[in-house]
Amino acid sequence: MSTATTGRPGVPFGRQLRAELRKLTDTRAGRWLLAVIFAVMPAVVAGMLVVAKPATLTYSQFVNVTSSPERIILPILGILTVTTEWSQRTGLLTFTLEPNRRRVLLAKGTATLLLGVAVVAVGFLSAAIGNVLGAALRGGNGSWSFGPGGYRDIVVVLLVGVLQGLAYGMLLLSSAAAIVVYYVVPNLSSLLFTAVSGLKETAAWLDLQKAQAALYLHDVTATEWAQYATAALIWVVLPGAIGVVRVMRSEIKSS
Amino acid sequence: MSDSENAIEVHRLTKRYGGATAVEDVSFDARWGSITGFLGPNGAGKSTTMRMMVGLARPTAGHATVLGLDYRRLPEPGRHAGVLLDASAQHPGRTGREVLRVAATVLNLPEKRVDEVLTMVGLTPAEARRRTGGYSLGMRQRLGIGHALLGRPRVLILDEPANGLDPAGIHWMRGLLRGFADDGGSVLLSSHLLHEVEVLADDLVVIGGGSVVARGRKSDLLAVAGTFCRSADEPALAAALRDAGLSFTRAAEGGLTVPAPAEQVARAAMAAGVVLDELRAAEGGGLEEIFLRLTANHAREDSTEGSRR
Repeated sequence: MSTATTGRPGVPFGRQLRAELRKLTDTRAGRWLLAVIFAVMPAVVAGMLVVAKPATLTYSQFVNVTSSPERIILPILGILTVTTEWSQRTGLLTFTLEPNRRRVLLAKGTATLLLGVAVVAVGFLSAAIGNVLGAALRGGNGSWSFGPGGYRDIVVVLLVGVLQGLAYGMLLLSSAAAIVVYYVVPNLSSLLFTAVSGLKETAAWLDLQKAQAALYLHDVTATEWAQYATAALIWVVLPGAIGVVRVMRSEIKSS
Repeated sequence: MSDSENAIEVHRLTKRYGGATAVEDVSFDARWGSITGFLGPNGAGKSTTMRMMVGLARPTAGHATVLGLDYRRLPEPGRHAGVLLDASAQHPGRTGREVLRVAATVLNLPEKRVDEVLTMVGLTPAEARRRTGGYSLGMRQRLGIGHALLGRPRVLILDEPANGLDPAGIHWMRGLLRGFADDGGSVLLSSHLLHEVEVLADDLVVIGGGSVVARGRKSDLLAVAGTFCRSADEPALAAALRDAGLSFTRAAEGGLTVPAPAEQVARAAMAAGVVLDELRAAEGGGLEEIFLRLTANHAREDSTEGSRR
């Protein structure tokens, strides 16, 4: 018996993307993580409505408090979408159904960025509801001044966070190691740059947390963009590039 | 477009990790309409060979084709080759049914196919709704076999599929694989237990220490009677036997054991102009003895492997 096999190698991208979106939401751990990621924004808005001074209840301030925790937890989604394939060994299935690993990574990146966009939207919505309620219930300031630049800055900061998670995941291929490194290394970096006096000058260029602080304040200058781009190159692009090479080359094993 | 005579062709696959050689110069074919048993003790290189066949590991040398193509060049590989490399490699928080639905998404198969496969592998709807973390190894094997069958492939590549199955499960699996091969498909299954594949396989490939030590039709390899022959030019002798359509096994001390009468061996050697140094009836020999010798060397690893599973 002979068989003819024709067609483009691998699987159409749209299907792989749908499968990766499914895998982010079809386990208990995944659902919990998403629940926390989405619930934290209305939760901090509610908290702020109770404890904050009425004068500080502005849209800008609400956006700030919803996006800050997301910058910390959203990257976990990026980490886990990659590392579970190794930690839970599901890569044996994933990479035999689609042997083109680059395309699998692209689908994972797209899936997590789409969820990141949804998180950003829920964040702005929560902030808007908070601002309306703040003015109505607490006699808050209620200012809507924010400007298009602010939306851009928040989107950039959070989506770069997702990319950072993906990068650390690919670089380390282990959930525990990637999460620890993601939380510890930037803090060590900030500590280093604040403690060593000679490095303070360069911190704005080399320390990602310091560089991205400007984006939260909006009205970002050209120099500040350059500083942010440089820091992101070091902390996101470089580990991501090494990580992609590692995924492409590594052997997918069962143990 | 490719027309392939054999379902799987493995050409001189070699894998080295640093200085250690895991797989050395392994070649074999898997025919259409037959079950090929890939036999060897644990650590012999079976899993590494299979990982190289499906593109999960990069060979140091050699290559393999599935349906005439490098596995990574297959369009929608899951619709051509069903692969099960480790039934335990499942996310414990995902339900059995969801594992198949993810694959069905990738392969663009309807929900109905997931139900069909669950019925086929004997997982009840209630079992399929449970998370795989609570599955027994036998249930995981059934799920893994179902995952391999989902895309209605023509080729199955299964690493130790009988592991963890109870006797009824093994009986079921045998019937399933026999039917698959009788319908014209090709099955490659590995095992570290001779009797497991003995009853099922049409062809056998025996691997030990990373190299093929015997391969051929099961009926030939299991024949105890045979002829031992030796030549100063053993490669030429091996080629002569192959040309004459005779299978053989390599003896540890050199020389070849052929499951055929001495006269046939002598004619094969003569036809190729190979000088025989020795030609006599084989003592015992056969597959069983080769396999026992191989497994004896690995008996210790075997028992630790057994306790881990």
